[in-house]
Parts: sequence; structure tokens; C-alpha cells
Amino acid sequence: MNLHEYQAKEIFRDHGIPVPPGKVVTSPDEAASAAREFGGMVVVKAQVHSGGRGKAGGVKLAKTPDEARSHAEAILGMQISGFTVEKVLVTPAEDIATEAYVGVLVDRVSQAPMFMVSSEGGIDIEEVAHTNPDAIRKLAVDPRYGLLPHQAYWLANSLYDDAGQVKQAAKIMGQLYRSFVAAGASMAEINPLIVTDAGEVKAIDAKVSIDDNELFRKPDIAAYRDTSAEPVAETEARDAGLTFIKLDGNVGCCVNGAGLAMATMDLVKYYGGEPANFLDIGGSSNPEKVVNALRIITSDPAVKVILFNIFGGITRTDDVANGIVEATKQIDIQVPIVIRLTGTNEEEALEILQRAGFEAYTSMDDVVQKAVELATQG
Amino acid sequence: MSIFIDESTRLVVQGITGRDGSFHTTQMMEYGTQVVAGVTPGKGGQTFEGPDGAQVPIFNAMDEAVAATGANTSVIYVPPAFAAGAIMEAADSGVGFIVAITEGIPVLDMARAHAFARDRGVRVLGPNCPGLISPGKAKVGILPGQIVTPGPVGLVSRSGTLTYEAVHHLTRAGLGQTTCVGIGGDPLIGTKFIDCLEAFGNDPDTRAIVMIGEIGGTDEQEAAAYVQEHIDVPVVGFIAGQTAPPGRRMGHAGAIISGSAGTAAEKMEAFEAHGIAVAKRPAEIAELVAAALEGASVS
Repeated sequence: MNLHEYQAKEIFRDHGIPVPPGKVVTSPDEAASAAREFGGMVVVKAQVHSGGRGKAGGVKLAKTPDEARSHAEAILGMQISGFTVEKVLVTPAEDIATEAYVGVLVDRVSQAPMFMVSSEGGIDIEEVAHTNPDAIRKLAVDPRYGLLPHQAYWLANSLYDDAGQVKQAAKIMGQLYRSFVAAGASMAEINPLIVTDAGEVKAIDAKVSIDDNELFRKPDIAAYRDTSAEPVAETEARDAGLTFIKLDGNVGCCVNGAGLAMATMDLVKYYGGEPANFLDIGGSSNPEKVVNALRIITSDPAVKVILFNIFGGITRTDDVANGIVEATKQIDIQVPIVIRLTGTNEEEALEILQRAGFEAYTSMDDVVQKAVELATQG
Repeated sequence: MSIFIDESTRLVVQGITGRDGSFHTTQMMEYGTQVVAGVTPGKGGQTFEGPDGAQVPIFNAMDEAVAATGANTSVIYVPPAFAAGAIMEAADSGVGFIVAITEGIPVLDMARAHAFARDRGVRVLGPNCPGLISPGKAKVGILPGQIVTPGPVGLVSRSGTLTYEAVHHLTRAGLGQTTCVGIGGDPLIGTKFIDCLEAFGNDPDTRAIVMIGEIGGTDEQEAAAYVQEHIDVPVVGFIAGQTAPPGRRMGHAGAIISGSAGTAAEKMEAFEAHGIAVAKRPAEIAELVAAALEGASVS
């Protein structure tokens, strides 16, 4: 789960990281009054789950409250990589002497939280990693000890020469690590970490992604979820205990297991079609799950055909077939459904489905080809 | 032969009294796995009723179970909140191999648990994995026994049902398996492709290897380089997620393209560059294995 900048800053502030004050608003007038409150120059920043906000015109400097109002008017409602801007953050502008990058993420190779810092801040770190990898200092933290003081200094020393700035930055490294662990993050990033003209080290942007597996034990973090920032169907799917991701095609996919679901989407593409979604329905034959899945898939008007691909391992496929038949009685479906079931008791399963009037197959290639054919005809 | 588990496996089930734990314990016993103990805190002294009147003693703690039964392998079906703790308890109990089935364990918990197990020299498979099966000998986890058959192919995969799909085609083509290993869909897993490749490489009965990967991370790329240097038998690869959008978690916590890294295209290129035959469709996996084994026996 991605957090908005203002949410990430709240977490950072709670752990003592120096972050400028800010106000989140949803209307131009509120933006103007926030600017008046802060006095002086402010920055108006789009709050969306996307990088590249600056390039898209979602971050603007305002010298007066009137200017803040007109910037907010332009930014609110703007589309940034598919997301509509619903909120802006108004925050005092800082004088920037230098910009650095500080991030921590869960690294698969070292199997530990990994710090990455660079004195080349304010830009895309992936770009720096590519063009100038020597400009990045990395450190894997042993999660049993946390970030040790000398490690924090080792990171900070690569950013600054000034002893005072090194000391401030080392303290921020420790606070960032504690924020990361406390929030159950998979990634936490300050970009840029600035030094002001007065020599103060501050975080003026913040990005945090939460490990979804932490949410069950962190209700305060789970409450940060902004459902307006995701497709309605994905919110509904999560509430129904399904994993659903909307895509741009017209073949609705309903599959058991994440790997098989991905492979099914790939096979749709292989045979010349476009998948409309990723959906993992899990291993159960529960008709309610199937009803929810069908409701979610068919809420997308682009869907021309629904493709089931179920490999019954432990689950008996005749149970799954009965579940599908039951589910389709409970919901009105306007598009054809093609079904592939294989595994234990597959002959009985096919009979059940064919009796109920469905096209049923045991081969994944056959069913996907049929689905693509139906989608292109319709 | 087989890797990691066989007839000598003496299994303890952590979470044996839970819904999944009890169901799969019965399935494993029906397959012929020696389940010697169960552990559920607070239920020590009770007995689990297996198939055909078999009785499995339940203990409160792992050390007691291992001391009383000589268990050498553990499988974990406990809920996410307690699973990392269960792994560390198992790593301290004297078993040499831990199979963690549980899905949804917080990644920072796993960073600690993996470090703890590594320090003790204990192998962890998973978490968020279907386990493994050595056909005709033993199964640990949730893989369905009826789709496998003994034979010369070693299979390692990050996925569950996609593994079933591939095994189903192999079995139907008359290509049996030495061991099928599901290494799990999490970002931090204890046993990686390379560990399985090394074990299969040392198994004289494994005459071909299937590797089923997916988007996210660089394990497949590292494994591809390992294959070229260390593996003498033919290797067939498949990667799921060619149509997955970047930045989205595709069901598995580890199946995510971060920035521009970890794409299916990148992994398939690495496979091809290192002499691994890449299947374009799941059904093609068995076809490529059959062709490779035929070629190998001719040469």
C-alpha cells in the first residue's frame, strides 16, 4: 500500500525527523488561506500515488495566497499517470543549498532492510544507480540490531563534509529506520533531504510504501488507505478477499493461484487477445467467492468474455463446477463464459458444466483460444 | 534419488490442530509421509487421528516433539502473526529443514527469521509456498499427490497452481519427477532457485530440470548464470507475468516489477543467454523437456 506524501510526513514527524509544516486541502480557497497562515512563499503539491508529479505540473511555487489559489485550482482535478488529484499539500517553501537522497527498502538479495544514500538528490535514484552507481552508498541493516550509530555516521559522511550537517543527517538516518520499522514499510524515502542556507538538514519530500502483510496488526497505518486513489473494483475485490488488478483488455480472467493467473493472462496475449484483469480466486469452491468475482469482472463494460481457468489440486473440480453453476444463477451475466477445469474428478466436472450450458474444456490452450475468439468476434 | 525429502523424512507439523494443518496432515499421511509429531501450544498430550487409525502425538513445543520422536523436518501451518516465531522455534529445536506454508507473514518478521535460521545452519523452504513432493516417497506441504509420478525431471517453481499445470503436462507425457519444489511467492524466501539447482545437480537421478519463475527480483537471472557454469543436464525455463503492469503486486507479495527491474522479458533473456530453453506456453514445458531428454540420450 502506497502512502501519500502528507501521510508519510506525519509518520516521519512522529519519529522526530525535521519536516516543514504543511496543510492538506481540497479546494482553492483553503489553499489560499493555508498560504496566508504560513506567510511568505509556499509550495502547492499534488497528493497522488505517482512519481513524476513535478514534471506533470503537479508541484508549483506560489508567492502570494492568490497565486496559491490559482495553482490549487489548476492542480486539483488534474490527471497524473491515471490518478485524479483530489488533495493538495500547501507547505512553506525552503531555501535549498544542497539536495541529497536517503532511502531504505527491503532488499531481496541481502534479505534485510537496505539503506541507499546519495549526495545527488532531487532526481530519480534509479537513474543515478544506472548512470553513476558510485554516487550511491549502500548498507544492509541487520534487522536484529537495527541501524547502529557508526553505520548512520558512515552513511551521513558520504553526503556532507560539514560536521554539523553530518551529525544532523546521522540522527535522521536513525529516525528514518525507526519510522520504517514502526510503520511496517517495505520502502521509505526522503528525496530530497535538503540543507537550507542556514545549514539545517530537513526532509522536504517523503515517500513510504507499506508491506500489505503488516496491515492486520497496524490499524492506524491501515486507516491511511485512500480508496479514492484506486479503481472501485479493486476496493470491492479486497473487501471480498480476492486479489484483483484491472487491466486494459476485454478478456475477463478468473483463475485459482497467482502464478497460474499470470500465466493465463500471458496466454491470452500469446493467442492475440488482451486480458481485462488479474484475478486470483484462491483454492475454494465457495459459490459466494465466485459470485463476487463475477460481479467485479462484469462491472468493467469492456469485458466481452469471461474465462475461468481452475486447476483443482486438492480441491475437487466437481465441487468447483457446482460452485460456478450456483454462482451464475445468482447473477445476471450478459457475456459468454468459457471454463477450463482440470484435476480430481474432472469428467464429472465437465458433465456438470455442459449440462448447465457452459463451454467447458480441460486444456488451458483450448479454452484461452476460444475466449480470445469470442472476445474478438464480439 | 530425490532432494530435501524422501522415505527417511520424519515430519513434525506445527499447527496440526488448525483447519489447514489437520486437513493437510491427513493428506500427507495418505501419501505415505511419516508424520511423527504435531505441535500446538496448549494441546500437548492430545493425539491427532490420522487415516486408517494412525495416531500422531501432539506436543506443546518443538523441542519436546523433536526429543520424543526424532523428527528431522518441520512443516508450518500457523497463522501469519505467529509464523515467524514458529520458524525460529523450529530452527532452535534440532530439525534441519523447515517448510513454511503460511502466506501473509510480514516481510520484516521474515528478515529476522531468515537471519536466525541461517545462523543455525537450518534450511527454510518458503514462506508462502506449496511445499515439495518426492513422488512415491514423501510429500510435505499442500501439493496434490495424484498429479506427480516418479521419474527423471527435477522441478523448481515460485508458484503453486502453475506448478501443478506444468507437472500435469510432464506426467501425461510420461515424464516423471525426482522432486517438485515450490520455493514460494514472497520477496524473502529461504531456499532459492540456486539452492535447488545445486541439489538437483548433485542428484544422479535428475536428468533434466524445469525452472518456473515469475516477475520480481533477480533470482532467476542469478540462477541462469549458475546453470551455465554448474549444471550439466538440460534445463527448461518458464516465466509468468509477461503482461503484468509495473509497480503492482500480482497476488504473490514478491511478484512485482519495481521501476524497470524484474520484468519477465529480462528474465527470459537471461535464460536464453545462458542456454536455458524457454517455453512460451505452460504446455510447451513438457514438450521441451521431452525433446531435451531425447537429444541427451542420443548424444
